[in-house]
Amino acid sequence: MARQLLRVHVWIVYLFLYAPIVVVVVLAFNRGSQVLFWEGFSTRWFGEALRNPEIRDALRTSLLVAGLNAVIACVLGTLLALSLSRMRVWLRAPIDALAYMTLVTPEIVFGISALIFFVEGGKRLGVDSPLGIWTIVAAHVVFNTAVVTLVVRARFVGMGQQLEEASYDLGAGPLSTFRQVTLPRLAPAILAGGLLAFTFSFDDFYTSFFVAGVDSQTLPLYIFGKVRFGISPEINATAAMILGVTLVAIAVAYLVLRRTGQARGGAGLPGV
Amino acid sequence: MRRRRGEGRAGAGGPRYPGWLALPAILWWAFFFVGPLAIMAALSFGEVSGYADVAFTWNLGNYRYLWDPLYGEIFLRTFELAVIGTGVTLLIGFPFAYYLARYAKNKTFLLFLVIVPFWTSFLIRTYSWLIILDPDFPLFRALGLSDAVGRLDLLYTTKAIYIGVAYNYLPLMVLPLYAALERMDWTLVEAAEDLGDGPLRAFRRVTLPLVLPGVLAGSLLVFIPLTGEFLIPAILGGERTFFVGNLIAQQFGEARDWPFGASISMVIVGAMTIAMLLYARLLSRQEQFGG
Repeated sequence: MARQLLRVHVWIVYLFLYAPIVVVVVLAFNRGSQVLFWEGFSTRWFGEALRNPEIRDALRTSLLVAGLNAVIACVLGTLLALSLSRMRVWLRAPIDALAYMTLVTPEIVFGISALIFFVEGGKRLGVDSPLGIWTIVAAHVVFNTAVVTLVVRARFVGMGQQLEEASYDLGAGPLSTFRQVTLPRLAPAILAGGLLAFTFSFDDFYTSFFVAGVDSQTLPLYIFGKVRFGISPEINATAAMILGVTLVAIAVAYLVLRRTGQARGGAGLPGV
Repeated sequence: MRRRRGEGRAGAGGPRYPGWLALPAILWWAFFFVGPLAIMAALSFGEVSGYADVAFTWNLGNYRYLWDPLYGEIFLRTFELAVIGTGVTLLIGFPFAYYLARYAKNKTFLLFLVIVPFWTSFLIRTYSWLIILDPDFPLFRALGLSDAVGRLDLLYTTKAIYIGVAYNYLPLMVLPLYAALERMDWTLVEAAEDLGDGPLRAFRRVTLPLVLPGVLAGSLLVFIPLTGEFLIPAILGGERTFFVGNLIAQQFGEARDWPFGASISMVIVGAMTIAMLLYARLLSRQEQFGG
């Protein structure tokens, strides 16, 4: 009985979690120009949104920022994950703490800190308005490096070192072992971590809000500016596109990680 | 056998990656994370000079300014938001995580379904409630509920803010709760029940102490960011209800008082530090008694 009640509760929570997302996506396909009155299916507003130069600019900025951020975070995060694997505890613990700090510090605190840092630093360097795409990227990489590190490290620790040992025994040096053995095995985790970093950056509002400056606008910032004047079909379509990009990235990350999980089991090597 | 490094410990062969590989990430964090936080801390003692410029000085003026009753009210309201938000997500999240961990079959997938909304845009998830809470929402009209919903007067009120908070922060609560409940040895509960404890008593004496660390971790993960929340009030509250986050954002927007904004932000850092210390303390006590 209690169990049935819990079950109902779980279903209600899933409904609660997904209904709002579904509502936005469905209403994005409304033909009418009033959000709350359904006038039939149409992709009209997607076209309108994509023809809007402001939205196009914002989309381009968002994709560029998220992409650059993902690449840098992947490099930094993977290197860090590798070096942490055998680091002595007294050295590793503070680095771990720092990584977690980047994830738990409220974004508003980090956002204004980064804003002050960039503006004051820019002043010292004689740069008039330092804020823009590069400051957004620099700030996003901070927490996304921690994200990639977590994902890659979990995989690295989980996969065992037998193949690397074998490679050494067969005479390969550290670099060629890394290139030929470790990197291909880590690739799915790096890709998954990179996709997560991409979505976190693509969706980010708080940090971008402070460090974007006036000349560069990401999609979430554009939407925030518009939402203050209420809901509109164009925002719905833009929101649906953002959700689409994010959901595809997440689905790919999930499939990649799951497939390698199966490959690991099917490799027939005990403990690998 | 040829081995270049990593001799000694069994199974510890293979490459030993040098520590300097950590340097790029550490430098990035030092430069773009620790540096900014330090400068913000320094600026909280600074002052505005001229229009839109700041000077790094040593005065406590900003902090004294915070004692103004006007701000006291905002701090209290924010504390209330963080406490109630944490409580509500715990009330919804605990039974949910409990079912997933104890009874569900496809656990990994179900958990993944909780994380997906969390990974999608916070802004859009908040925005969507502008549509749903509108009395003219098509579903309400179809069910003839528009008037009833209209009487509830949800949109642009504190109620809407709390709905948005519960919605957005729920996954943050569920994940650590699930992690704790998933490790539970349910035979312990069965043993307690066999020995005469009712379900509630068994829950209180066995389950709760064992999953308390998860409850604390989830509460912390929800509580800390809530102290700086400003997007949900800005969108769903119609910028009528002011919280600490809105106050900070305002200092970096219209008000242009960065040093004051930095000092308010330091209060959040303080609250976060206290919450984490409390957490650590409760955890260590838990270890003494809870085993």
